[in-house]
Amino acid sequence: MSLTQYLGLPFAQHALLAAALVAVACGLIGPFVITRGMAFAVHGTSELAFTGAAAGLLLANNAIAGALVGAVVVGGLIGAMGVRERERDSSIGVILAAGMGLGVLLLSFYHGFATEATNILFGDIFGVSGGQLLLLGVIAVGVTVAMTALYRPLLFASVDPEVAVARGVPVRLLGIVFLFILAFTVTEAAQVVGTLLVLSLAITPAAAAHRLADSPLVVAALAVVFALISADGGLLASFESSSVKPSVFVVAISFAIYLVARVAGPWVKSSRRGVAPDGGDTAAGEVTA
Amino acid sequence: MADAPAIRIEQAAVGYGERRIWEGLDLTVPAGEFLAVLGPNGAGKTTLLKVVLGLERPSAGTVEIEGRAPRRGSKRIGYIPQQRAFDRDLPVRGRDLVRFGLDGHRPGVPLARRESRRRVDEVIRAVGATAFAGAPVGRLSGGEQQRLRIAQALLGDPAILLCDEPLLSLDAAHQRVITALIDQRRRQAGTTVVFVTHDINPVLPYVDRVLYLVGGRFAVGSPAEILTAERLSALYGTAVDVLRAGGRVVVVSPDDDELGGTGDGHHPPAVSPPATWEGG
Repeated sequence: MSLTQYLGLPFAQHALLAAALVAVACGLIGPFVITRGMAFAVHGTSELAFTGAAAGLLLANNAIAGALVGAVVVGGLIGAMGVRERERDSSIGVILAAGMGLGVLLLSFYHGFATEATNILFGDIFGVSGGQLLLLGVIAVGVTVAMTALYRPLLFASVDPEVAVARGVPVRLLGIVFLFILAFTVTEAAQVVGTLLVLSLAITPAAAAHRLADSPLVVAALAVVFALISADGGLLASFESSSVKPSVFVVAISFAIYLVARVAGPWVKSSRRGVAPDGGDTAAGEVTA
Repeated sequence: MADAPAIRIEQAAVGYGERRIWEGLDLTVPAGEFLAVLGPNGAGKTTLLKVVLGLERPSAGTVEIEGRAPRRGSKRIGYIPQQRAFDRDLPVRGRDLVRFGLDGHRPGVPLARRESRRRVDEVIRAVGATAFAGAPVGRLSGGEQQRLRIAQALLGDPAILLCDEPLLSLDAAHQRVITALIDQRRRQAGTTVVFVTHDINPVLPYVDRVLYLVGGRFAVGSPAEILTAERLSALYGTAVDVLRAGGRVVVVSPDDDELGGTGDGHHPPAVSPPATWEGG
């Protein structure tokens, strides 16, 4: 079948739409994941989406519902165990290990199709049904609305927490809310690229954007664009190949974008800034009124 | 504003039981005063700022800011923290940091409106930061960052400026620039300045009064009144020397660790302060 024939099929349209929704959500949270140093939290919650999905499969034969419930539990657990950065990483490590063990145990009781289990790990966007697509869409819209509303205070709290607190920003509360937004987004992304490759959408596009721009808004916009290109580009590429999973193409594209950004970044940034301000200590002069 | 002092604190205490940080604190700061808050680590200097900011409630006594109870996020108060290290690649420019002072607490997305851009540009110019405000904050020197901090705090047009060790980790030249900028604002706008510092010297030319906190006790007065061996020895409850040389004042106190660490002139570590408290 040709690409245009594929594009006429409902399952392909569903998959592309789902991937786009997920990409927008990932692109929005990505810069904050980097600024707040939460890459490990993304990895932790995505691995634990596996545990939730395994439980969902076993109890209700519904991996997505299980993963979403799991995300809420995990967000709450990480939030309760430690919001401070240093505590947080060890808490996540502990929960991650215990959760994965539980997931493997649950899967050993599951006697359905084995592919269901591997789909959780590596993603199966083509299996998305109409009902699941609706659910993914509602969550993606929710994440987008929440991130738009919280953008400014969350950036303030992430970059400059002491002053943000002094200005009355609820820094702790925002941190916990962001954990839940992150958990939902990661669970969504796991449907497209699988729990093992979530970082390719939740971190890589934002990391590439970081390399190219200094302005927070430009970085956010670039991250969304890069995530969209990776997710939908990966799906389109996979139509041409029957044996390789779409997630492989998604990862490959996002990684390629990152490499280009990494190489091009210094030039792009210095030309935008005019001069490269490299640690110059220029403020020793007098006070200018 | 009217007639109410900028800050009025009466018989205030913070902390409970054994963990009492200070108590019986009486302090009235008239509008436009430059008050330096001195004292060793753990004396509750930052806690005092938190109380004024409404982030911490006193366990006893009353605190009033311009005649009203402290309120979190009050626009009347600007806050300048100590310089901190930002990630070099943090995609936040100097002007983004400054802009937080305008509307960082409000929901939504900080779109570049003409009015907000004008105000940000204006305040950046006022602190002499125009040349580097477009660079990422992580690439700026400590002195450059602190200029932007002042711009950030001034953007809210505060009546009271709280500074928490803003000179820490700056060299002497930058310390002079930053304190001069803060005092310039005070003279131009009648802004009250509460300046927490462990070193009085950079602010000595501007200071009206000193609040010295030690082990739950305190003393308030002009630098000449407070920074004497007699007064500080009484406050510390142990012998303290005050050295004056070349216009600088050095307090050689038993539990200071910021005096060079040579050990010379240092007394053995102080025993914990007695359970009785005296006002200054």
